[in-house]
Amino acid sequence: MNQYWLAAPEIFLAGAICAVLLVDVFLRPEQRQITYLLAMLALIGAALASIMAIVQQPVVTFSGSFVMDPAGGALKLIAYLLVALVFLYSRNYLEEHDLFKGEFFVLALFGLLGIMVMISAHSMLTMYLGLELLSLSLYALVAFNRDSALAAESAMKYFVLGAIASGTLLYGISLLYGVTGTIEFSALAAGLVTDAGISLPAVLGLVFIVVGVAFKFGAVPFHMWLPDVYEGSPTPVTLYIGSVPKIAAFALTWRVLVEALGPMQASWQGMLIVLCVLSLLIGNIVAIAQTNLKRMLAYSTISHVGFILMGFIAGTEEGIEAAMYYTMTYVLMAAAAFGMIIVLSRRGYEAERLEDFKGLSQRSLWFALMMTLIMLSMAGVPPLVGFFAKFTVLNALVTASQTWLAVFGVVMAVVGAYYYLRVVWYMFFEDATDRAPLSSALDLRLVMSVNCLLLLGLGVFPGFLLDLCARVL
Amino acid sequence: MTFPLLSLLVWLPIAGGIAVLALGSDERAALAKQTALGVSIVTFVASLALVLQFATGTAEMQLVERLPWIERFGAWYHFGVDGISMPLIVLTAFLTPLVVLAGWQVIEKRPAQYYAAFLLLEGLMIGVFAAQDALLFYVFWEAMLVPMFLIIGVWGGARRIYATVKFFLYTFFGSVFMLVALIYMYIQSGDFSIAGFHALPLGMTEQTLIFLAFLIAFAVKVPMWPVHTWLPDAHVEAPTGGSVILAAILLKMGGYGFVRFSLPIAPDASESLSWLMIALSLIAIVYIALVALVQQDMKKLIAYSSIAHMGFVTLGFFVVFRIFQNAPDGAGAALAFQGGMVQMISHGLISGALFLCVGVMYDRLHSREIGAYGGVVNTMPKFAALAVFFALANAGLPGTSGFVGEFFVILASFQADFWLAFLAATTLVLGAAYTLWLVKRVIFGDVANEGVASLTDIGARELAILGILALAVLALGVWPAPLVSAMDATLTGLLEQIAQSKL
Repeated sequence: MNQYWLAAPEIFLAGAICAVLLVDVFLRPEQRQITYLLAMLALIGAALASIMAIVQQPVVTFSGSFVMDPAGGALKLIAYLLVALVFLYSRNYLEEHDLFKGEFFVLALFGLLGIMVMISAHSMLTMYLGLELLSLSLYALVAFNRDSALAAESAMKYFVLGAIASGTLLYGISLLYGVTGTIEFSALAAGLVTDAGISLPAVLGLVFIVVGVAFKFGAVPFHMWLPDVYEGSPTPVTLYIGSVPKIAAFALTWRVLVEALGPMQASWQGMLIVLCVLSLLIGNIVAIAQTNLKRMLAYSTISHVGFILMGFIAGTEEGIEAAMYYTMTYVLMAAAAFGMIIVLSRRGYEAERLEDFKGLSQRSLWFALMMTLIMLSMAGVPPLVGFFAKFTVLNALVTASQTWLAVFGVVMAVVGAYYYLRVVWYMFFEDATDRAPLSSALDLRLVMSVNCLLLLGLGVFPGFLLDLCARVL
Repeated sequence: MTFPLLSLLVWLPIAGGIAVLALGSDERAALAKQTALGVSIVTFVASLALVLQFATGTAEMQLVERLPWIERFGAWYHFGVDGISMPLIVLTAFLTPLVVLAGWQVIEKRPAQYYAAFLLLEGLMIGVFAAQDALLFYVFWEAMLVPMFLIIGVWGGARRIYATVKFFLYTFFGSVFMLVALIYMYIQSGDFSIAGFHALPLGMTEQTLIFLAFLIAFAVKVPMWPVHTWLPDAHVEAPTGGSVILAAILLKMGGYGFVRFSLPIAPDASESLSWLMIALSLIAIVYIALVALVQQDMKKLIAYSSIAHMGFVTLGFFVVFRIFQNAPDGAGAALAFQGGMVQMISHGLISGALFLCVGVMYDRLHSREIGAYGGVVNTMPKFAALAVFFALANAGLPGTSGFVGEFFVILASFQADFWLAFLAATTLVLGAAYTLWLVKRVIFGDVANEGVASLTDIGARELAILGILALAVLALGVWPAPLVSAMDATLTGLLEQIAQSKL
């Protein structure tokens, strides 16, 4: 198959973004809907290209720096779906907050392009390229509401810390290059193992790479940026950052640690265990103290990252599958949770404090029920999809004889259940302080409902997505 | 393919609950009530069909439904009943209409949601008893917490939020260990079939760990000392209907878990740890009964009495190992099991009825304090007659169902150890003490205050609810044979199973 054909989704999207950017320049503000529609079309086009470029077996091309495989295809499709979801949730909010600008869509699409490049990376250089494209788009997105001092501060923090993390990653890559003389993944995997075992400089390089990965995931102790960025960004941007890049983080870990540095599994397993235990502990406990929902979700993200890492710690094929399944379902939950903040917000008012959810069941029983689904799914209560996500990860861990870690994970899940339940109790047990009727647009409500019911549907019938993850990997 | 009766019993209330939620806004409360009552009665009738179809004399699973659910994990949509689960399903279906009826004129806050929650809860509880696939069981087991959480939290008393969060976290904490144990066994056996788990050969260490994991889950649910502290709080704060379901059915899930999972899966660990279980049961029977004696709050008193009575259930299940040691032929072991099971059903009826009695008084005076009452018999004679009857049943009066279970267990305990039986038998004194003292202070005596003087006797609705329960308690007490014979084959099979060492 022609190599350009394999990269068709990326090539198409790059072209489409340029087109959107160009068209947007000539539009008057009231015609901005056209940008929105074009961005959606770009996503649909990229999805079609991905479906056409689907392969049964992994194909490595572009001199070994690009790979197209079934898992990559599936991850990309989920990424398109999520970005489309972000756009659907955001449109109304952006219009009401005078943020409806073409840049949002263009930057979000550039970020997506970066994620796609990362998913298909087969050499350290491609990976780094994709990562930087994603990161730079995110820095700009966080500062997107330029009149907000909080957003500017978050963007600055994010940028500085992100730059350090990228530097660390790059340094790790250079060390590995020094040891093996290659940056291509399969050559790296083959070159790491010598007769003398794995050399110390390679392990040193690995440490730096793991730090970079942990930063992108937001695993403790490299999580400092996460709560501030989540809180400071405009909610649609938080929605974007909180969901889509998690796919990239999964791809990064999977491609780099498992595919390229698989022979060093014994080394990175121990490092990941430390990250995982700390993330579960700090994420869950600190989340209890939060009064701002965005910050609470930020810490909850950290704890979910701990669970995703568990899949990698198991290290088996089953474990990677579980991590992939967890990532896919988590991003759906995160999108719904931040979407709910958007649904409840209105002009000049952010429903981002926990207090804003007090008495929601009296204002809108339907949305209170939907939010309950989201929170219970995050807490891992069956029959919601979040339970099966935890279940698959635990299953992989117990299979890999890491039962103690599984037990630690479930105990932390109980701690986590407390703050998710608190949202439910605010909605149902407390009286409303704010009695303004919900004024969100119809399409927004519809998307919200579908998203939440999907959490229930995928939980009652988890087989489909599980099989998909098993088949593509 | 036979008619999927169990699926009907599970999904009809759930569908009904969703319908009530969708149909009944707060303005159309009457419609919500009627739909809820209709659905729960139809479910009860369907459960009678279950009794008719049920064949006694076999330990096999009956009315089995088995469809693939998650093929990747070998989890099946697998329902079935045997002599252990059938009576519990019927009990659930029997109590739900009464609970719906009990809230008829009382629940004014968001009635549609109230009834919907109870219907959902009913379906999920029946699902717990019917599931023969461990993952399916776990899903129902956990999902059930959510409606109960909302029932206590929305319609409960002053400290409802504290109580309901405590309830949820305690039970959630208990069950996650069970999840890890289930996953472990799944990896050993390749699928989630409970029967497959029963047949799984396990070493002593594995059995012990699995047993302890289950113990945390089920001990919280039963609840056993020292993890019982959530129950008095939950009971006191829950609305009457919530207390009834909590005491009558949710607690039974712990006992059910022991016979369905712990005993047959880890028989050797059960045997080696039976001293612990017996000790915890006796602490519940003696110590908790003493605690009940000093309570000032009626609901709290009944809650502690529940813990003490559930001690008989766990005692009955685990004393069999001591009986085996004394008499290798196992004479008397079957009696202990039967006692435990009968006690579960009987306690479901009696504690439910007692909570309804407290509810009747609370609806009138809005107090649960014992001190706020006195001489109720003067103003509410009909009610007083029924309340005294249930109190006597709670104290284990012969002729009521409360006697049968306790008597069986005490009798069987004599086969194990005299002192053990002696301690268990103190309940006849202690139980009578706290129950009768409660009756004396609340029901009898002179009219204590104006509040009591203004009480009106129970109406037809309340009379019907309590009357039906009284009949059930009496029937089971006078003639427990049908219940015992329904369970007999399954319990005998279970005894044979646990007598076989897995080592």
